[in-house]
Amino acid sequence: MTKHDLRGLTRRQLLSRSLSAAGALAITGAGFIAAPNAAWAVEVTAITPEQMATLLQMARDIYPHDQVPDQYYAVAVKGYDSEDMKAMVAEGVAALDSAAQAAGHANYVSVGWEEDRVKLLQAMETTPFFQTIRSGLVTGLYNQKEVWPIFGYQGESFSQGGYIERGFNDIDWL
Amino acid sequence: MVAKFDLNDDSVVVIIGTGAGGGVLANELAQKGVKVVALEAGGRYLPEDYVNDEWESFTQLAWLDARTTSGTWRVAKDFSGLPAWIVKAVGGTTTHWAGASIRFQDHEWKALTTYGAVEGASLLDWPIDAAEMAPWYDKAETKLGVTRTGDRAGLPGNNNYLVFEKGAKALGYKEVHTGRMAINSTDYDGRMACQQTGFCFQGCKWGAKWSAAYTDIPAGEATGNLEVRERSHAARILHDDTGKVTGVEYFDKDGNLQMQKARIVCVAGNTFESPRLLLNSASSMFPNGLANSSDQVGRNYMRHTTGSVYAIFDKPVRMWRGTTMAGIVQDEARHDPSRGFVGGYELETLSLGLPFMAAFLNPGGWGRSFTTALDHYENMAGMWIVGEDMPQATNRVTLSETKDQYGLPVANVHFDDHPNDVAMRNHAYKQGVAIYEAVGATRAFPTPPYPSTHNLGTNRMSERPEDGVCNKWGQTHDIANLFISDGSQFTTGAAENPTLTIVALAIRQADHIAKEMAAGTI
Repeated sequence: MTKHDLRGLTRRQLLSRSLSAAGALAITGAGFIAAPNAAWAVEVTAITPEQMATLLQMARDIYPHDQVPDQYYAVAVKGYDSEDMKAMVAEGVAALDSAAQAAGHANYVSVGWEEDRVKLLQAMETTPFFQTIRSGLVTGLYNQKEVWPIFGYQGESFSQGGYIERGFNDIDWL
Repeated sequence: MVAKFDLNDDSVVVIIGTGAGGGVLANELAQKGVKVVALEAGGRYLPEDYVNDEWESFTQLAWLDARTTSGTWRVAKDFSGLPAWIVKAVGGTTTHWAGASIRFQDHEWKALTTYGAVEGASLLDWPIDAAEMAPWYDKAETKLGVTRTGDRAGLPGNNNYLVFEKGAKALGYKEVHTGRMAINSTDYDGRMACQQTGFCFQGCKWGAKWSAAYTDIPAGEATGNLEVRERSHAARILHDDTGKVTGVEYFDKDGNLQMQKARIVCVAGNTFESPRLLLNSASSMFPNGLANSSDQVGRNYMRHTTGSVYAIFDKPVRMWRGTTMAGIVQDEARHDPSRGFVGGYELETLSLGLPFMAAFLNPGGWGRSFTTALDHYENMAGMWIVGEDMPQATNRVTLSETKDQYGLPVANVHFDDHPNDVAMRNHAYKQGVAIYEAVGATRAFPTPPYPSTHNLGTNRMSERPEDGVCNKWGQTHDIANLFISDGSQFTTGAAENPTLTIVALAIRQADHIAKEMAAGTI
C-alpha cells in the first residue's frame, strides 16, 4: 500500500483494520508509519514518523504483551502527535536515541533485544518524559475495549443479564 | 410531594452529605416528622445511569475535587491527588460500596481496654458498647437486607469465591462463607435479587445492592419532610455569639453562595470533608475551627490496614464474573497478639476489571514482571485484606495550601503506617498467598493498598471532651446543636467494613435527635 492509497482515510479507518500478524514497523513515507504487511498505518502530522515509531517501540517495551498487535499500541500513543506534545516527544526521543548511541547502537529502535532497550528505559525511568508515556499507557492501552478480549476480559454483562445463568460459578477444575 | 424549605426556615435540620450516614439520618428523621434539608455536593445518579465500565464510571461518580497528600504511605506517591476512592453523588459512597455488612466484634468497641496501650497509637474505648449497639445493628441489617442475618439466605458463590473457599478450608479456616452482604439473595424491599453481573463498585444497575440513592433518599423525600439539594457544596457552618450553630453557607449548582438557616446541623461529608468543613468554619470565637477545643478535629485518621492478594492459576478463574466481594474468611479477625500485632483482619474476595487491574496491581510498575501478570488475567483470583489500623494523632486531615474551585482550602491527608499496621498486613499477605497456593497458584501478588475507601476517625467519639470531638450520640462536645453523622465519628476502626456500623449509628442518632428536639433540649 502506498502513501497515496492511504491518503484521505480517517484515523479510525487506518487503525481499525484487522491484523492477522503483527510485524516490524515500516516508515512508509513522510507522514506515515505502517505495518510491513500494510494491514494498518498511522498518519502523523505534528511529530515525525521516526518519532512515532520510537514511541511505539517504547510502548511495547514498557508494557510488552506479545499477543497484542502493534495497532493497539499505536492507538495508545497516537495522542502524542500534537502541537502541545511535540517538543516533549522530540526531546524525549532524542535523549533515548543518544543513550542508545552511547551504548553503540544507531538509535533506540535499532537495538535488537528488548532487555537492552529496557536497560536504556530504566536509566530514564524517573524523567517526566518516561513517566508521561508510561502513565498514559495505563489507560491508553488497557482501556481499549478492543484489547480486552485478548486478555479474556469480558467487560460489562448487564446487557446480557449478568452471569447468573452464564457461568458465574462454572469453574470445573477445583 | 418533595419538600421545599425556605432558606430562612430556622426550624430545619441541615445534613451535609447523603451517604451511609447522612442519607440514612435524613430519611430516619423525615420518617419521624422532622424537617430536613440535605446538602449534597454531587449530582443524582440512579441505576439506569450507572455505567459498567471502570474508568467511565469513575469519572461519573468519584470525588475528583482536589485533595493533597503527605506522609510515607504509598498512596501519597502513586495517587498523590487521590487519597480516597469515594463518591460524590446523592447516596454518597453507598453507590460504590461492595455491600459487605458485618458487625463489630464485641471487644472492638473497647480497643484500649482489650489491647492495652500501644506505643505511638492514640487508642481509646468507644463510649458505647456491643450490648447498646445490638438493637441498632438489628435495625440496620433489616434496612439493608443483609444476607445471613434474619431469615435471609446467603448469596451463591462465584468462581472467585470457590477458589478462595477451597484454599481457605485447606488451610483449616472455619469461618468461610459468601459473606453478610447488603445484596439481595432473593427479592427484598421492592428490589430484585443479584444477577451476578459484577461491577458492584460502579453502582448496581439492578438495584440488588442497597444504596441510599434509591432507598432511603426517595423514601425520605416521599414523606414531604426531606429536601435534597444536589450539587450544593457546603462551605462554612455559621454560629451565633452564644456559640450555637445557626446555618450553613453553601455554593449552589450555579456556583452562587447561599445560606440555609438551621436548628441543628449534622456533618456527614465523610472523613476528609467533614473535618475540612469544621476547620474551614473557623471564626473569631472558634479560631481553630468548630468543635475543636480539644484540637482533635482532623486527627486519628484511620483507613483500615488493607492490601490485596492476587494469584494466577494454570486454568481460568474469570474472577470478574459475579458479585465483587461475596466471600469472607473471618478466622483472622480475632484479637490474638501471638501473631505479632493487636486487633485482627478479615479476608474478602475482590476482583477488578482489566483496566483497574492495570492501574492498581503494582502502581508505577512496568516491564515483563508486570505484564506477564496481566497476560494471565483470565486465570487470576483475588482477595482484599481489611484489618484494624491504629489511630495515630499525627495521621490527620489538615487544610492544604491548595484551593478548590470555590477558593476554599482543600483537605491534606497525612498518613504513616503504624508498626502494628505493617505487621498485620504482612501476616495477611502471607495467609492470603497460602490460601491460593493451597489450590495450586503458580504465582502470587501481594498488592499494595488502593486509594482509601474506608476513611474513619477524624472527628472521633470520646467519653472525655479532651480526647475527641463528639460524645456517644455524635453530638459535638463543644456545640450542642452540631452533630457528626458519618464514619469520622469512629473512635477506632475495628476489622470490619464500616458501612453497617455507620448506618446503625445514623439510625440511633436520628432517634436521639428526634427525642431531644421533642423535649426541647436542642
